[in-house]
Amino acid sequence: MNVLTLAAAHAKAPHIDYAGLSPFIALTAGAILTLLIGLARGRWVRHATPLLSIATLGAAIGLGIWQFDETTSLVSGAMLADDLTWTLLFAFAGAGIGATLLAWRSRAAQEASPGEFFSLLLFSILGMAILVAATNLVTLFLGFELLSIPLYVLCATELRRERSLESGLKYLIVGSVGSATLVYGLALIYGATGSTDYAGIDHAITAGNGVGGDVLLLSGIGLTLVGLAFKASVAPFHQWTPDVYEGAPTPVTAFMAVATKAAALGVLLRLFDSALVGSQLDWAPMLAALAAITIIVGNVGALGQTSLKRMLAYSGVAQAGYLLAGVIVATQLGAKATVFYLVVYLAMNLAAFAVVVARERVEGESDDLASFAGLGRTQPLLAWPLTIAMLALAGVPATAGFIGKVFLIDALVDGDYAWLAIVLVVGSMISLGYYLRVVATMWMREAPAATASGIPVIAGGSQEADAAARPQPEVLAVAWIAAAATIVLGIVPQPLFNLAADAGRALSGIF
Amino acid sequence: MTLSILIWLPLVVAVLCALAPRVAPRLALLGALATLAIAISFVVRFDSGHGMQFVTDRSWISALGISYSLGLDGLNLVLVLLSTVLFAGATLMANLRADWERPGQFYLWLLASETFVLGAFCAQDLILFVAFFDLMLIPFYFLTGIWGAGERPERVRATTKLVIYTLVGSLLMLAAAVATGVLTAQQHDADLTFSLAALARTPLSTGSQEWIFLCFAAAFLVKMPAFPLHGWLPDGYRTMPLPALSAFSGVVSKVAAYGFLRIVLPVFPDASVHFQELLLLIAVASILYGSAMAFSTTNARLVVGFSSVAQMGFITLGIFALNQDGVQGALLQMVNHGLVTLPLFFIVGLLAARAGGSEDLRDMGGIAFRAPVLASLFLIVGLATLAMPGSANFVGEFLILLGVFKAKVVFAFVAAVGVAMASVYVLRAFIRAMHNRVGPSVDSREVGFGDLAVLAPMVLVILALALYPQFGLKRSEAAAQAAVAKVGPEINIIR
Repeated sequence: MNVLTLAAAHAKAPHIDYAGLSPFIALTAGAILTLLIGLARGRWVRHATPLLSIATLGAAIGLGIWQFDETTSLVSGAMLADDLTWTLLFAFAGAGIGATLLAWRSRAAQEASPGEFFSLLLFSILGMAILVAATNLVTLFLGFELLSIPLYVLCATELRRERSLESGLKYLIVGSVGSATLVYGLALIYGATGSTDYAGIDHAITAGNGVGGDVLLLSGIGLTLVGLAFKASVAPFHQWTPDVYEGAPTPVTAFMAVATKAAALGVLLRLFDSALVGSQLDWAPMLAALAAITIIVGNVGALGQTSLKRMLAYSGVAQAGYLLAGVIVATQLGAKATVFYLVVYLAMNLAAFAVVVARERVEGESDDLASFAGLGRTQPLLAWPLTIAMLALAGVPATAGFIGKVFLIDALVDGDYAWLAIVLVVGSMISLGYYLRVVATMWMREAPAATASGIPVIAGGSQEADAAARPQPEVLAVAWIAAAATIVLGIVPQPLFNLAADAGRALSGIF
Repeated sequence: MTLSILIWLPLVVAVLCALAPRVAPRLALLGALATLAIAISFVVRFDSGHGMQFVTDRSWISALGISYSLGLDGLNLVLVLLSTVLFAGATLMANLRADWERPGQFYLWLLASETFVLGAFCAQDLILFVAFFDLMLIPFYFLTGIWGAGERPERVRATTKLVIYTLVGSLLMLAAAVATGVLTAQQHDADLTFSLAALARTPLSTGSQEWIFLCFAAAFLVKMPAFPLHGWLPDGYRTMPLPALSAFSGVVSKVAAYGFLRIVLPVFPDASVHFQELLLLIAVASILYGSAMAFSTTNARLVVGFSSVAQMGFITLGIFALNQDGVQGALLQMVNHGLVTLPLFFIVGLLAARAGGSEDLRDMGGIAFRAPVLASLFLIVGLATLAMPGSANFVGEFLILLGVFKAKVVFAFVAAVGVAMASVYVLRAFIRAMHNRVGPSVDSREVGFGDLAVLAPMVLVILALALYPQFGLKRSEAAAQAAVAKVGPEINIIR
């Protein structure tokens, strides 16, 4: 007994703050439980797994709220549980709940067996949470992989559709290149600074008094940026985005479009605005150039698309450029603007993708723009959310998209990047071309005869298909809640501002 | 009663219209008239001696220094009244045609645009103004795209062109507006605010003012529209449904001109002086180009449309005379132009109905024989448009030219040519439509009571203003003086 106590006193096991870790534990437990329940037989599994998944995400949000306003270092400095982590966790979980609802009755979840599908979704969210909480390069990479690998699988869950498999494979290959680049960059940063810890890196850079000449560190930063740019689909590393988005099952696309982007931007914010903030003068011009290219490439690319999913993919690329703006200036204002816009972006895109999901179940595989013709007359319940989402993405006032852009421009001008604000505005002008085309298609064109008469285009005409002609309530709910949030946050943005301000304050190294 | 009620009432009625499409036409008319009544009550209670009145000022987004701030002074009082008059007229016009598809949505957008226009006129916060200014366009996008004239693809193209042209300007303005607030806060080491009064007190450095000025000018000149930024006008005007068009041409262009007076002159005084000649040049070019196009086109709508370009040119000219005479003339002319635009477009509709549905002047002719009342009403409105001495338009143009004459003589001489040209295009349109040989498919008849209900009040208002132009001048005097206080060379009191 005496010996044991002695041993315990000497062995310095890392202190683990279970309260701070609780949301992560909840996600892990929920993911495993979902997987296990998925093994059971019976039709009830179809509904039990998504329910459990939503409950898990709800629990994670609840625990996050409980831990809000407490800054704790977890697992001896591997992660930091602060308001930025929790705010982003809310965003991921929100996106996860949306995606779960969209996938509830999707073909993807049935073909891949619902247990595995929703479990992978939860693991991916866990990875995102770890990624943005990471304050150590090793944890960062761990989170990055945990986020990516389930997504590769999820993209390929429509097992009998070639495009889905192709999309999964493409994402796997491109994603692996991204991961490899990232890990190489992280290694170089470690080599240059002698520390994997964010605080240590920051200390080394500050002590070195600027790194203009340190080639090792600069290449490390560059490679890390490239690795993360792949994930955030920042141009010129965005080429995979339209193909993967188009091929993947739409609920998964929706999840990737909002949550993965939020995670990638979150980690950029944490890494560049805390660990590497000392060399901001070196990386900011590089990042600004990337953001400008991204905005232009994304918006111009979207102009020519006829598939709504591809269009949203390119629009997502452009929006990633807007979001980068807040990281570049490395100010509190910028961090807040990015967080604010991330949440807004989530709502806008969820609304749009929910409508795509609803239409796809009627029109078969087609997400072609033409299949949305006359939607304003035939299904106003679907047309309104999509209209609101498009106008908000374009930045029309009275939507949260407008406030978000004002916030970003504010941060840019304040951080002496007025030229990038002009690029952002020019990008928004180009974007009007394609966002308004969707609106025009819905409201100003006649519905094709087949849909107008209520007969679904897909052959068969079975009862199931007839039932599918009306959008499922949960899909409709996602569309309307997201669209309503877009409007409400555009008129009463103060609550979200407060949340973003809390998240921004967590990055204590910038002003 | 606060200004918020005035602004938001139309939107509330609009939503009700959408929910109850059956009673939408009557409900919308009632809403528009109620808004007019509220506006009149504000004009009655307005005290010409004081500055900003009926102020509402609440913090909206405190983190960004944006406030929900409204107020009326001499600059916008009469324009608010004008908007409510024109929207009431436009709603009545729409009521006369019963066969709108999906009437609920039609009136939703028509009245929603009234809210946004009134909001833009009343806003005393830069971001709030920009928000309303951008929002103004959305209703017209739907109104044109869904209920416009012409073939569908053509219509959609025209609509998209309209929106992209005008939003390009608006978005530049958004960036410029945010920059104004942030840079002012930086340069004066003050808290971030977008309050127009506060921004006017703390001017930016000249260098920042200049690029910001250009962004604002682009937005406003596109919206007016001014030559050479008028590319959306022919298609847009040809397709827009008439009630929407008369509101658009009558009011929305005025918001742009008003923006110069409310924002550009007080907040960017150095840049306004610096770019004075550029803007005067654009104004004169608009006058000449608009007039030339108006007497060469044969489409009756476009005659009115291009005459608007010329008239907006006069208004810009008056504003950038940068003295009190010019500004007061411009303000009066804004009201005059708004008042003649709606009846003119309405008459175009009546003429088209009598010429077998064609809006081409060549298909008209001889309509006056069977419709003397219509002809006389047209003539009154027409003479007002060409600024016949005795009309309020004459007073307006006279003041504008007087102002420019004091500031830059050369521009005044060239612009004076425009006055003569106006009589050419107005009389040409009148003669071609009303007299001449009777057109092949013309089936003339007198105006009905419904039509008179729109035309007669408008003509009466025009006549009343002709007899008593001081109605507007008196109320705007102090505000006009204040608007040019920082840019004008001298202060002169002419009355």
